[in-house]
Formats: sequence, structure tokens, C-alpha cells
Amino acid sequence: MTLETSTTGILIIIALMALVTLATRWGGVFIMSFVRINPRIESFINTMASSVLIAIIVPMAFSGDAGAIAALVTTAVIMLVSQRALPAIGAGIAAAALIRFLLG
Amino acid sequence: MTTPSYPYHLQPTRVRAEFFRLLPISLFVIAFGAAFGLAATQEGLEPLQALLMSTVVFAGASQFAAVDMWGAEVSLVPMMAVVFAINSRHLLMGASLYPMLRDMSPGRRYALLLLLTDANWAVSAQEYQNGRRNLEVIVGGGLALWLAWVLGTGLGVYFGGLLRDPHSLGLDMVLGCFLLAMALGGRKTPRTLVAWAVAALASLAAWYWLPPNTHVVVGALAGGVIGFFWLEPRRTIDHAEDQAQ
Repeated sequence: MTLETSTTGILIIIALMALVTLATRWGGVFIMSFVRINPRIESFINTMASSVLIAIIVPMAFSGDAGAIAALVTTAVIMLVSQRALPAIGAGIAAAALIRFLLG
Repeated sequence: MTTPSYPYHLQPTRVRAEFFRLLPISLFVIAFGAAFGLAATQEGLEPLQALLMSTVVFAGASQFAAVDMWGAEVSLVPMMAVVFAINSRHLLMGASLYPMLRDMSPGRRYALLLLLTDANWAVSAQEYQNGRRNLEVIVGGGLALWLAWVLGTGLGVYFGGLLRDPHSLGLDMVLGCFLLAMALGGRKTPRTLVAWAVAALASLAAWYWLPPNTHVVVGALAGGVIGFFWLEPRRTIDHAEDQAQ
């Protein structure tokens, strides 16, 4: 099914995108409201929660350029040493910019 | 439970504090928004259409993917499938907040979720791992991120030339570095580390061999399976104590 990108068509596309995205924002909580939470389920969702971040970051590192890898490694090291997020993030971004400047 | 009670009340002062706490990261979101606005107008969207999309969709990666598929005609089903796949991580993120959200009335619960996105969720999830219940960051932080996203889009569509190359400044790595810092700031138990290893391997396998954009959900669920079978002896957060504060 195709839609012409006329004004109306674009509005329909944007509305559909909003609805699909809203369904993802609401869907997880909606499903969980039918699940009886026991320690096992709680353990599942807690472990899953911290795994979401890893599942975003690791493929990003593997598919990224040298700058991306430098950024993530720098952030990880500073975060593990200092446990302070803002310096870790700032240094990571600076590392990406530096590596890309040097290699670019 | 015949009369449901909803003990979680958002505290306005904390919502405000979380708004300001996520302002620094929101400045970077403005840069992403500008990059999106520029990309959208280059693909033929009118400025107001790009702004409308950012306002009501508020999910950067999927918006970039959608305008990437733009043309004189758009195939609806593939585009919506891509949008759904990229945003399907929201399903897991929302579910992970449920132990807190069930203490809030359904109306508030679903209203709050309108502002759910990666950065504010990562803060809330990290604090929950560390034993603190913080839904205020979803609202306050989410508002900061949403305003930044819309404002950035506006800058991009009207003054696109301002930020032609966010990549060379490392700005594309802001979210990755932020999420990594949140992950490493959480509680690290042997169980978490095993789950991370499994999640990392599963997400990479999905990245290489499964359809595009499935890796986050696959990796996260694989990590969750570890938690399902390996229970930590720790107690869940004491709700009574939490209500008292």
C-alpha cells in the first residue's frame, strides 16, 4: 500500500507514525498489567532493563568507526574510575571528535 | 485488591529538579533535532510537517529512518514496520517501569508514558537498580528532552546550515555515551554481568543475522532470561518504606 506524499498523505503518514510509536510506549505497560508480578518476573524485568542498554551500545560499537569506539571506551573507563556521568560523557564526545579530526 | 490504591504521587519539586538535571543532555538533543530537521527538509518535507512529526512522534532514530524512506510515494507497511521495529525497545522500557507505574493510577500512568524516551528511562532504570524510585525524571526529564527535540527540529528546518556536520564534533555519540554511563552507574552483581555478556552476544548475533532493528529487543530479552532463571537473594524494594518518604 503506497501513499502519495501530498499534504494530506504526509499528515496521514505522520499520524500513523505517531500511533505506532505510541503503541510501543503504551504496549509494554499494558501487557504487564495482566502479568502477576512475582520475584521471578521482577528479576526478569530488572535484568532485561539493564540489558537494553548493552543491546543498544554493543552493536553501536561494533558497527561504528574509530571515533565511536574511542568515545565508548573513554566513557566506560572514566565512568568506572570516577562514577561521575557528566565528565565521562563529555570526555567520550571529545574523544570521538579528536579521533575523527586526526583520522579525517 | 478490591479498592486499588495508588501510593505513588509525583512530587512537583522533584519533577522540576529532574527537568534541570536533564537540561545538559537536552542541549545535545537540540543538535540531533537540528540534524533531523535538515534531513527532513532535504527529503522534501515542509518545515511545519517536520516540526509536527517531531512533536507527535518524538522518537529520533525512527524519524530519521522514516524520512530516509521518503519519496514521491511512500510504502506504508514497510515504513510502519521499520518505525515499529526501531521503537519496539519502548515496549521493554515501559514494562521495566511497571513495578513503579502500577502504584500510579492508569490515567497518570499512560500520560507519563507519552514522555518515555531513552535518556530519561535510562536514568530512572539506573536509579531503580540502585534502590531509588524515580518516575519524576520521566516527566521532568522527558519534558526537557521533548522541548529540545522540537526546538532542535525547528532550528534544523529553518537554519539547517548551522550544524552541517554533527558527526565531526562527536555529537552522534552523545546518546551512546550517555546510555553507557547509565549502564555502568547501575548496580553490578555477578548476575548482571552474566546477563550483559549474554545480551551483548545476542544483540550482535541479531545485528548480523536477523532482520534490521531487531537487535535491541533480542539482546535485552536474552539478558532478561538470565534474570528469570537466576534470582538474586536480595529483597525487592520495600514499598512500605518507599511510601513513607
